[in-house]
Amino acid sequence: MQGFLRSDGRKGIRNAVVIVYLVECAQHVAKSIVNKIDHDDVQLIGFPGCYPNDYSLHMMEKLCTHPNVGGVVLVSLGCEGFNREKLSQTIIDSGRPVETLVIQKCGGTKSTIDLGLEKASTILTSIANVERVELLTSDLVIGTICGGSDGTSGISANPAVGVCFDILLEEGATCIFEETGELIGCEYIMANRAESPELGQALITCVEKAEKYYTKMGYGSFAPGNAEGGLTTQEEKSMGAYAKSGSSDINGIIKPGDIPQQKGLFLMDVVPDGEPMFGFPNISDNAEIVEMIASGALIILFTTGRGSVVGSAISPVIKICANPETYHNLSEDMDVNAGSIIEGKATVKDVGQEIFDCVINVANGGQSKSEELGHKEFILTYKKFDSIGTSKPIEGIGPSCLR
Amino acid sequence: MNFKYETLVSGSYPIEVFEDDMTVTKFVLLNKADNVLICCQAAKVGEIVCIDAQQFNITAHIEIGHKIARDKLIKGQKIIRYGVPIGSATSNIVIGEHIHLHNMESDYIPSHTRKNITGE
Repeated sequence: MQGFLRSDGRKGIRNAVVIVYLVECAQHVAKSIVNKIDHDDVQLIGFPGCYPNDYSLHMMEKLCTHPNVGGVVLVSLGCEGFNREKLSQTIIDSGRPVETLVIQKCGGTKSTIDLGLEKASTILTSIANVERVELLTSDLVIGTICGGSDGTSGISANPAVGVCFDILLEEGATCIFEETGELIGCEYIMANRAESPELGQALITCVEKAEKYYTKMGYGSFAPGNAEGGLTTQEEKSMGAYAKSGSSDINGIIKPGDIPQQKGLFLMDVVPDGEPMFGFPNISDNAEIVEMIASGALIILFTTGRGSVVGSAISPVIKICANPETYHNLSEDMDVNAGSIIEGKATVKDVGQEIFDCVINVANGGQSKSEELGHKEFILTYKKFDSIGTSKPIEGIGPSCLR
Repeated sequence: MNFKYETLVSGSYPIEVFEDDMTVTKFVLLNKADNVLICCQAAKVGEIVCIDAQQFNITAHIEIGHKIARDKLIKGQKIIRYGVPIGSATSNIVIGEHIHLHNMESDYIPSHTRKNITGE
């Protein structure tokens, strides 16, 4: 395998140019640049809000300096609150080419689109010769998420991803699982796998925070489709979701945008700190995918029972279908059929190995189904974490803590 | 308990259903401690399920992913899946009966369903 070497030593498996709108008002211009260039490696990301937010700035800094990103075009309206100067400086410091276009100073929509096309094309050409180096399995950072779960998710796809995680961790890779709100009910079982008792307690605290938050919001992370698929309760869904993490030791807790400072298995704490603010922690699957990518995930393993079709900007999404009926219905969108476990045609171990092989193929440049189909979804919203953008010490669960 | 994927292997503990004089595996037991079985292939009303060497009738249409009772359960009893409690029975449940929102509830946050959102 070969990877794109970045100045911080991390290696990417893609070499994208991201066109970033910094407020919804600049979205059309940014999107037009991406559409007109019509190149797989030129992708749209952005933040819709006009008010500044430490979390979204932090996330954008991490996303624009992600190993899969080679260059950046920032598209600003001009008067929004986003700190484009700080974002631009962070990208410059990472050694990547970056251009900032301010619509109010560029003569309007058409002029900015034309200028953006020129800048993006130049960047695309300039990063074509970025240094490629050998990529090892131990260089990989893989995240996992489930969406549109049903009763088959927890019996086929999720445990199969767990097997894949165990293989990856054995080979020295870094793995991230999350959805703390979906681990409610199995926090004590999870704590037994922590590498230290302190981390075990932190895992429990992390899930308790999620429970408190969701209770205040009046909902669990339990969507109508889950009940139709046979899952009755949050705890039941949680145990099924938890199976994705495999059976290896858990080495730490990270927050969105924290880059794990050592190899191993990490739980991402996606629930904001403090009193509920800005609504639900993550309004859809892609919000969680973006958070794992911000923490360095090069590939996302997405398990689905009822059938999601999404992909993502920046990092490829591999979809593992849990339900054989869904697989046959949506096979054009699915990379791996874990439904074969339900049909008695394959074991969890077989499918886990198949997912691992698929990871290696995609890391090696092979396109996942969602990439082939052009899925490049992206969503970033407001959030608040104590450890982001404040001088207050992290509450004992940063990437370098609890090691 | 230690939750390991080995205990989840589909077909580890196949539960036989007799259909058209043929034996078909339609349910799996995920963990020896479980008091529910998980449906892998849809089962119709009237099918006979053989649970722990005893035969029972299926009394409701059961879709993939849904649960039926492996044991007789009393109101308030914990429902065990993956070897851990996933909620409690809200009524007495007989062996082979469908277990879902109508006779079981979360011990955490109440599940919200499409039904009580849309009023269908």
